[in-house]
Amino acid sequence: MRSNRIPARPLRHLAALFLLVFVAVEARAQLQIEIVQGNAAQLPIAIVPFHWRAAGPPPINTVSSVVSADLYRSGLFAPVKEEDMVDRPADAESIRFGTWRLLKVDYIAVGYVNDNAAGGYDIVYQLFDVNTQERLLSQVTSVGPGDLRFGSHRVADAIYEKLTGVPGAFATRIAYVSATGEGAGLRYELVVADADGYAPITVVGSPEPLLSPAWSPDGERLAYVSFEAGNSAIYVQEVTTGARELVSSGRGINGAPAFSPDGRWLALTLSRSGNPEIYVRNLDSGETRQLTSHWAIDTEPAWSPDSRTIYFTSDRGGKPQIYSVPVGGGNADRITSQGDSNARASVAPDGRSMAIAHGQGNEYRIAVWDLAVQRLRVLTPGRLDESPSFAPNGSMILYATREGTRGVLAAVSADGNVRQRIILSEGDVREPAWSPVIR
Amino acid sequence: MNIALRLLLAFLVAFAITACRKDAEPEPVEAPVEDTTRDVSTSAAPDPRDYTDARNFDNPASLLSKRVVYFDFDKSEIKTEYRDIVAAHATYISSSQSARVTLESHADERGTREYNLGLGERRGNAVNGVLSAGGARGSQLDVVSYGEERPTCRVSNEDCWAKNRRVEIVYTAR
Repeated sequence: MRSNRIPARPLRHLAALFLLVFVAVEARAQLQIEIVQGNAAQLPIAIVPFHWRAAGPPPINTVSSVVSADLYRSGLFAPVKEEDMVDRPADAESIRFGTWRLLKVDYIAVGYVNDNAAGGYDIVYQLFDVNTQERLLSQVTSVGPGDLRFGSHRVADAIYEKLTGVPGAFATRIAYVSATGEGAGLRYELVVADADGYAPITVVGSPEPLLSPAWSPDGERLAYVSFEAGNSAIYVQEVTTGARELVSSGRGINGAPAFSPDGRWLALTLSRSGNPEIYVRNLDSGETRQLTSHWAIDTEPAWSPDSRTIYFTSDRGGKPQIYSVPVGGGNADRITSQGDSNARASVAPDGRSMAIAHGQGNEYRIAVWDLAVQRLRVLTPGRLDESPSFAPNGSMILYATREGTRGVLAAVSADGNVRQRIILSEGDVREPAWSPVIR
Repeated sequence: MNIALRLLLAFLVAFAITACRKDAEPEPVEAPVEDTTRDVSTSAAPDPRDYTDARNFDNPASLLSKRVVYFDFDKSEIKTEYRDIVAAHATYISSSQSARVTLESHADERGTREYNLGLGERRGNAVNGVLSAGGARGSQLDVVSYGEERPTCRVSNEDCWAKNRRVEIVYTAR
């Protein structure tokens, strides 16, 4: 990537310097998440407050409250409220299972937090089946000094996986674009936050539009489109350091970046030939290959997990629909066939389905297209739902929706049964991208 | 950029005027921004149908004062009512060597953002094609599509969508 950068015009460099904030700035607003539709059969579980055995005061948001909130948000669990707990055991010996059975609790997690030798914390916990008294989990999660909250998400991931059979996706992050202000005061920010909306940081700010953030598979870089130099251009930026590289700023559109599953290639849309076509570019060598060649709009490439296929949006049939093309080159095949339009595919981690923005008349909703049986399933009730992004475990789909004239984020489970609304306290929020699992 | 350029022009004209009056009695000079492109030596009202006369940019009676072309949903054909406007600008651009134009192209909020970048560009290219056919040179024209990112109206209804589906003919130099 570093060996073959495309030199920017000096003037553009200067403009970028003036217009942009590279440093991570704590965003003012906080996200707030609420379940608008839950699963009928939620598992009752008690996350007993973990005892604080570390030196210094405990954090305001305790480990157990973060774990409870995560499990609640999934829509699959009904965590017992802290004030309803009659008992606060920290180890197996002090759990009175009969009491918890009376409270109709199916599962109980107990534990404590201690300092560790590395200067951070050990979260020591166990999970039990209340009815059989069987111990399902006994683990120590070690985290650095500033990472207790992220460690709590890992605990929630482990409990979620044990009880549902699917890895959790709580210890992940989301990227999104927010626009605040009006007219000349309009400001765009690319924000990265924990998956539960906490700790938002602005990774890029600009008075010109920002869009299409895409994560690298290691979760360390973001590709995005910025209009800061007067036209669309694609940048790749390291999330923690803010160091970034201009990948493409040719004549016409430079858009829709998508990292390959191995992180070495970027699929992108360029209209240098006169209209938008799909290309793949090797980030090390700069080698660029054109995959589509058609007068239509071809855009929004998405990789299959096996890296063999690129799915993309094209209106070559009259209206936007999803097509596929082999990464090695070849003919494009039409994939979707139901509805007026289908666009912006996000492929599920197992590669068997894709989430799409499905248009019918003036209504745009998130749907899932099953690639094997070729069937569409509409998941959301909105009027202008777009930008679907699969969670790395395939359980939920994050997307952008509208409340009045304001853009907000929402998430829906892949089966459509659970829906959450994610509200930023100010601004117009759009273009969410769910990170891969962060190790 | 347009505003900055206009301001720069305003300063240059103001400076030129001040320089000419070096020997005359000093008096406060006002150079309103909207008048800077006028040919200061002429004072007669311009013929609104003379599309080579830059004064018509600010003359509401002239087609040159109209610089936005609107489109139908998911379409990029230039509608009949806008053809004369685009043709008038083609006449001006081909008559002025120094003219530079950016066709800022937009879509309404329906449809996905990246698709709308493509749709906006298609509209910009349509206007670009008519301007070129009317004599404008390729080096004078630039198409920048903003897709749905820069709406002028933010309500989700047909009135608003119609205002957002547009190509703005922006002169960066006249």
